[in-house]
Amino acid sequence: MKKFYQNVFGGTQGMIGIILLAILLFAVLPLTLDIFRLNLVGKYLTYAFVAVGLVLLWGNSGVLSLGQGIFFGVGGYCMAMFLKLEASSVENTAIQSTPGIPDFMDWNQLTQLPAMWVPFKSLPFALLAVVLVPSILAFILGAAMFKRRVGGVYFAVITQALALILSLGIDGNQGLTGGRNGITDLRTLLGWDIRTQSAQYVLYFACGILLIGCILLSRFVLSTRVGRVLLAMKDREDRVRFSGYDVASFKVFIFSLSAGMAGLGGALFVLQVGFISPSLVGIVPSIEMVIFAAVGGKMSLLGAVYGTLAVNTGKSLFSETFPQLWLFAMGGLFIAVVMLFPNGLAGLWESARDRLKKMKAQKRPEIPATGSVAVPVPAELAETGGKP
Amino acid sequence: MTVKKEILLSIEDLTVSFDGFKAVDSLNLYVDRNELRVIIGPNGAGKTTVLDLICGKTRATAGSIKFKDRELLGMQEHKIVRSGIGRKFQTPSIYENLTVFENLEISYPSGQSVLGCLAFRRSAAVIERIEKVAEMVFLKDFLEIEGAFLSHGQKQWLEIGMLLMQDPELLMLDEPVAGMSPAEREQTAVLLNKICENRSILIIEHDMEFVQRIAHKVTVLHLGKILAEGSMADIQKNEKVQDVYLGH
Repeated sequence: MKKFYQNVFGGTQGMIGIILLAILLFAVLPLTLDIFRLNLVGKYLTYAFVAVGLVLLWGNSGVLSLGQGIFFGVGGYCMAMFLKLEASSVENTAIQSTPGIPDFMDWNQLTQLPAMWVPFKSLPFALLAVVLVPSILAFILGAAMFKRRVGGVYFAVITQALALILSLGIDGNQGLTGGRNGITDLRTLLGWDIRTQSAQYVLYFACGILLIGCILLSRFVLSTRVGRVLLAMKDREDRVRFSGYDVASFKVFIFSLSAGMAGLGGALFVLQVGFISPSLVGIVPSIEMVIFAAVGGKMSLLGAVYGTLAVNTGKSLFSETFPQLWLFAMGGLFIAVVMLFPNGLAGLWESARDRLKKMKAQKRPEIPATGSVAVPVPAELAETGGKP
Repeated sequence: MTVKKEILLSIEDLTVSFDGFKAVDSLNLYVDRNELRVIIGPNGAGKTTVLDLICGKTRATAGSIKFKDRELLGMQEHKIVRSGIGRKFQTPSIYENLTVFENLEISYPSGQSVLGCLAFRRSAAVIERIEKVAEMVFLKDFLEIEGAFLSHGQKQWLEIGMLLMQDPELLMLDEPVAGMSPAEREQTAVLLNKICENRSILIIEHDMEFVQRIAHKVTVLHLGKILAEGSMADIQKNEKVQDVYLGH
């Protein structure tokens, strides 16, 4: 039990971090913000699922994906397809030439529900698909690339290209996907109206709980030997390979895990915002999510959440006043983070904490400082070794 | 040649060419069980390439490499490692962000699949083995230190320790004492003589004094081919070897 606590919650210090985040998400924000703003925060939190996945993938494994929007979007579309089918009941669509199919299909002269859509009439299927379809997609893409030793910049560029291809593909198949407008006018989940204020509160809390669940799952994975192998791989991939590991399978695993989380985030986005469109799949959102993770600190799971909230809050406030300048500010922010604070908000927090500790230690000199590491002196060691 | 020795590794007609340049040219090399073999040769002789070929880092153009009568060519790298071959790189390759303990733990040869790693627990047996190996490579008092803080010589030892964790039947070391102080070299020689008791070791080395201390048999490579093979004394007398290598 103690071991479980240590692994999943990261001990006392990790637990404090989780509790602080929970207080912020479940008490401070709901009590201080109106439902419109809270719903916005809920939307930002869905991006945080992707940022948490990027901490696993980019920060801890050194694999930078510029196509996480793919998985966010696929998860979102899976959810939206179910909601759209429910919203397109025969009564609701009686004025269409083919009642009972989504409105955009009718506009595109489809007379029958495409086979791809049929299983999405079932909620359990749709919920499984939200996580599994992105994971399986990532598994296939990852297996194809990592087994061939595609990595680094090449991997980043390919994922970016894939994000573009997918967004164009969705855009171009209007009858099947709703095209550029996406899937809109989503209303109910098994008869429960998701547009009401009470539903938005429930969904906000569900989103927060699932996000913390994803953080705990990630902590667990990183606390096992997998976490150490990933760090080792980032440092010396060849050494890991020649210590008997199939490096590619670890990358595929972590890529699939991060994709599954992104898919869950996408589904929660659809539930809270009420639509999905190809603009949420392409290159721009994919890169924005990398910036969220970078600002939060690419090694910090909790930092990813704060980074996402901070950048998006900045985006909302800034673009309300200076809409044209936002993109420049965002680009500048990314450069500043990379150049000046490579460990993001989490790094700033840690260095502030260390400084505080040092100040405390200086005030009471009888207690030795805990942070310093004794650097071994090789000469000392050489003396201890005798001749044969 | 009274006792018939068991051959652990046999390399036959091994050739690799990079754009027509034959880095290794029809090489034949046999390593016995429990033998400590040193490969020497001038720069560009193909020494490191031979190790790369054995461990699968470089793909051969032709020939065969048999380890315990199993063909290694075409096998995936991690499978070659799991069949019992450990490889140390020329520059110390350790994980700077992990502690000495964690560095050694990663090389513990069980539960190395993704699922195996998720289920892996630090059992008493694992800890005991890590402590034993750390003591052998003179790092017992440094288990909690991060790799980045070790001296160059200690990093070399740590990498040898990581290989010992795997308990390989064939250990390949690429210049293990490069950059070490004389005292550290001394300790390393003792270490190598100790660990070759139940395994074969293949070493690339330039330091002749060191080679003399450890080698059972020496192979001299030149332009991808074997120039001479025999005891250190034979090699030192060999005129061809003196011409290309030793005389300078």
